[in-house]
Amino acid sequence: MTLALREMRRRPGRFAVATIILTLIAILLMFLGGLLDGLVASSTGAFRAQRADVLVYSGNSRNSLERSRIEPDVRHQVESVPGVTRVGGLGSVQLGGRVPGRGARDLVPTVLFGYELAPRGLPSTPPAAGMVYANDSLRAKNVEVGSTIRLGPARSAVTVVGFVSDTRYSGQGTLWGSLETWRQVLNANRPDARVRPGVVQALVVQGVSLGSAGLPERIDRATDGATKTLTITQAVNALPGVSQQRSVFNQIIGVTVVIAIVVVALFFALLTIERTALYGVLKAIGASSRTLFAGVVFQAVVVALIASLIGIVASLTLNALIPAGTIPFVATPARLLSSAAVLVVAAVVGCTFSLRRVLRVDPAAAIGGTP
Amino acid sequence: MTTLAESASTTGHALEMRAITKIYRVADDEVVALDHVDLTVASDEIVALVGPSGSGKTTLCSIAGGLLSPTNGSVAVAGQEISGYSGRQLTEFRRASVGFVFQTVNLIPFLTARENLLVVDEIGPRLGRVARDRADQLLEELGLTDRASNLPAQLSGGQKQRVAIGRALMNDPSLVLFDEPTSALDSSLGDQVVRLIRDEMKARGTAAIIVTHDDRITHYADRTVNIEDGRIAE
Repeated sequence: MTLALREMRRRPGRFAVATIILTLIAILLMFLGGLLDGLVASSTGAFRAQRADVLVYSGNSRNSLERSRIEPDVRHQVESVPGVTRVGGLGSVQLGGRVPGRGARDLVPTVLFGYELAPRGLPSTPPAAGMVYANDSLRAKNVEVGSTIRLGPARSAVTVVGFVSDTRYSGQGTLWGSLETWRQVLNANRPDARVRPGVVQALVVQGVSLGSAGLPERIDRATDGATKTLTITQAVNALPGVSQQRSVFNQIIGVTVVIAIVVVALFFALLTIERTALYGVLKAIGASSRTLFAGVVFQAVVVALIASLIGIVASLTLNALIPAGTIPFVATPARLLSSAAVLVVAAVVGCTFSLRRVLRVDPAAAIGGTP
Repeated sequence: MTTLAESASTTGHALEMRAITKIYRVADDEVVALDHVDLTVASDEIVALVGPSGSGKTTLCSIAGGLLSPTNGSVAVAGQEISGYSGRQLTEFRRASVGFVFQTVNLIPFLTARENLLVVDEIGPRLGRVARDRADQLLEELGLTDRASNLPAQLSGGQKQRVAIGRALMNDPSLVLFDEPTSALDSSLGDQVVRLIRDEMKARGTAAIIVTHDDRITHYADRTVNIEDGRIAE
């Protein structure tokens, strides 16, 4: 290791190309990951913020909140299921909002949620009718505490009384009010989707699993198929586009990792060829193949760590510079560290392609002892 | 009946080779590089090994140093029978018991003179301060103290060769193998290096085999062994 480290310190230029390429790959990995996290976060925040175990949709909703309607009698059945401890209604409507200070035709896409069980970051009692909390992404759209936003063609007025973070839905800023506010706005703006008092789109349920059957199965059995119950994770994954976004981005990230492996493999293979004579001498004076290969791995890991560190700094800088509400990019510690870990593993895998070459170096070649 | 190792141990031989044969397979042909070679080197003896190109002297030297295994025959170095050793055992043997000085010097270019000596310690079980003290002592003995921090590129040919000799002596070997140590040096520098080799070996009581074409070396050696067509010429 000392030998490998000394080589890196005394001949940094030798590793510069690999470090630069791996740094670009690290930045790409972290940027792609941050974009994926940002896109998913902006689509799923409203569900992830729910302090609930399951979401209950109507049986014919095809796992869509917009299509779902839960009648009061079904809600009563759900409340009676053993293990269910708390039930709250949830409703949503997507509407363009007119924000003070913006042009009359400059509508801000918003989703108004009505709730009973407070999601994370909201007060346990929903605000009074006509009052809402706004997702903090709407600050970039001139929304402030006290702003009155006029929603939809009916220009239903809601007044912002505070902000909540990480509750975006379908890439749009959200507003959070009482179920009564939601019904009023929905019925005024969407005649085709009117709901009666007591009707909600979904139920937010807290509860415990009893026996072998999980909470979702027991709820759906109790309502005789009138409901389709999903865990929060399942509900998040069922949101339009979320699985597809993850799949596409993860494929791109996978290809990027393969490229990282190829870059490291090629670079260290070339370096090993260059070092054949040196390895011959070292083997002749008693260095084992294991010691020599450990040096190669050590150098690959150091290069990957330097690249990752630069990538992390670049990602955090980018995260700080991107104006809110523009590019959906989030640099989370988990994503940055996992990207760094993936890059280090790719570097180790890449340099294993040099192992055979290191093993095949003949110490007798150092003294010219083979024909 | 005594084994070769016991024999070498009791007789104080640094090297004892008996009936060494080395056959290389090249495509479908067999090339006999050494043919029933016997060679004994006393514990403080300097042997010059001379012969034309392709005569087998480098192969003999490689087998004596554990770089190659013989096809047949026995080799004992300082009482240690190595002809049956595995690759790993030979690596350990080379690290602990022999020293090499190569034709092209082959110092590690990014290490200083002192670090080139210490590399012998770094590739094996670390001795730390003991190794550092030994490196400093060898550098002093070789007249390189003021060059200890220089990289090989900052050293003259003779200084590089002295560093290589120091590296070969770091593990306090029983046998040092020199592969044409003066071939890259001019006449006067070559003479200095040969004298240095002789002085260092004799001062330590260390045996040496010097593969050479250089007549000057044979004058400094205790004995000259000629090899032709893979056989020791009497």
